[in-house]
Amino acid sequence: MRAARTVFPGSPGLAGLRLAEALGLGSRRGRWLWAMGICLAVFAAVPVLAWLLGDAGLEPDLLARNQPPSLGHLFGTDSLGRDMLSRTVHGLVLSLRVGLLAAAASSVLALVLGVASASLGRAADGVVSWLVDIFMTVPHMVLLILISFAVGGGARGVVIAVALTHWPALTRVIRAEVLQLRGALYVQTARRFGQGPLAVAATHMLPHLLPQFLIGLILLFPHAILHEAALSFLGVGLSPHTPAVGILLAESMRHLSTGYWWLGILPGAALLALVKCFDILGYNLDRLLDPKTSQE
Amino acid sequence: MIRYLVRRIVHLAALLAAVSALSFSLVSLSPIDPVDAYIGADVMKVGPEQRAKIAARWGLDKPPLERFTTWAANLVRGDFGISAIYNEPVLTVIGKRFAMSLWLMALAWVFSGLFGFVLGVVAGAFEGGLFDRAVRFYAYLLAGTPTFWLGLLLLLIFSVALRLTPVCCAFPPGVTPEEATVWQRLWHLALPAATLSIVGVSAVILHTRQKMIQALRSDYALFARAQGEDTMGVVRHHALRNVVLPAVTLQFATLGELFGGSILAEQVFSYPGLGQATVEAGLRGDVPLLLGIVLVSAVFVFTGNTVADLLYRVIDPRIGWKGAA
Repeated sequence: MRAARTVFPGSPGLAGLRLAEALGLGSRRGRWLWAMGICLAVFAAVPVLAWLLGDAGLEPDLLARNQPPSLGHLFGTDSLGRDMLSRTVHGLVLSLRVGLLAAAASSVLALVLGVASASLGRAADGVVSWLVDIFMTVPHMVLLILISFAVGGGARGVVIAVALTHWPALTRVIRAEVLQLRGALYVQTARRFGQGPLAVAATHMLPHLLPQFLIGLILLFPHAILHEAALSFLGVGLSPHTPAVGILLAESMRHLSTGYWWLGILPGAALLALVKCFDILGYNLDRLLDPKTSQE
Repeated sequence: MIRYLVRRIVHLAALLAAVSALSFSLVSLSPIDPVDAYIGADVMKVGPEQRAKIAARWGLDKPPLERFTTWAANLVRGDFGISAIYNEPVLTVIGKRFAMSLWLMALAWVFSGLFGFVLGVVAGAFEGGLFDRAVRFYAYLLAGTPTFWLGLLLLLIFSVALRLTPVCCAFPPGVTPEEATVWQRLWHLALPAATLSIVGVSAVILHTRQKMIQALRSDYALFARAQGEDTMGVVRHHALRNVVLPAVTLQFATLGELFGGSILAEQVFSYPGLGQATVEAGLRGDVPLLLGIVLVSAVFVFTGNTVADLLYRVIDPRIGWKGAA
């Protein structure tokens, strides 16, 4: 990469290029690391911003109703004079919390089921495949509504529904991975050399499984966050007073014809940005951990 | 092939049995009291005798296992019970609503398939070019866009700002479904279908693009070039027919996402389809309707998957019929 770039001395781009090289932007690897760093910074910034903004913007302020975005209210205010930026940021914190909980629960489920189905024999494999089949045949949104109804709705319903429905895809990935590893030559060699199943699992299989698992875990976040927002938008879960992005969007539907465009557009865009950060983090981590692409 | 179909049908029956047992036990666990949910806001006005009568009418005074066997036996006979909020047989409600949703889903399905395919083919044929990068960026951006937010955006631009399209519903106000013309229907479908297509297109684009690149790097493409075909010729005569099949299959295999998307799109545009009924059933605790929708949507998705699988086997003789479940 570096050798391919020719820079003539004295050209205006030189100083900038040196800076870029020094920062590690010259290689793809460096750029991936930077992108990941920025994403992590965004995740850290959301709760910090929520803490800095405090709850002040969540209280109605009847003197500042329906104001378009300005320096005082970057995202404008709603019909009760609440600051939309505060509400959005608090909503994003909620999204992050639900996403974290759901991704953790679903990935643990996927790990247990995936490993079990690949290593506990045909019966276990059959049961797990059957479960995956069931969960994949019912459309995800319908399943979410069904589970959140079964739990009794509310915030708990949303969290449990989102947490319990994101494991099938990752389960399949882990199952395939474990199956492939079990057949790999080096694993069989290790076994022939007399290493116990636990030692084989710890020293030979885990290092391969871990990156896949980690990437799968990160890529679960966007789905979980979007589904939480969708459920709140439909009104299935959280109370209408909670600042959640889905609820903000549902509220903005009622003010559509009045031309208060900022009520829905800006919170949704913020949510999209957050989701994309998880995507970027996951894909870059994937390329970084994959030996085939990591040294570019 | 007949044996394959028979196996698929047996598989479907087993799957439906499992889905119905699982979803029935889920709704039985629900702490939402179905009688309360049915009465709604009038809870204070209804005495214990009336509650007992309502419970008896819905069969709620019996133990869960007996309720399940009754419900399952009725299901087998084609009786899904009566919807509490629409006060009609569940199958009638689902039938009416599904017909509405089918218009929406079919339009979105066809459009996202066509556009996704064309964009994917062109992007794949000129891999790395400006158009390819633009298309890839577009697909990547849309892959994570919330359906309901996009719907809102389109609604604000086309209905509120430009006043081109209607704000809601499936027909103009004051027009009954029977009177509505096809044009009026399509007019009201434009935005919801566009929303679903725009979101659904990205998967087809990326998939088709990938397959196109693969096809152009293949030996038969190289051979065709050696014989003097130019890029357009290779694409037209050699790559295209290898790329159509994966795209069509993908469209069939993602019917579940289309269904889920239509729930959100219908909510945004107040379109009276099955998606809206699903939300209503969930919110107001209409258990028979909710269960019915779960089963019908499962059949819908399963059919899509089977068609996808079938297409592969019919069109590509290398796959064959053995070992298919």
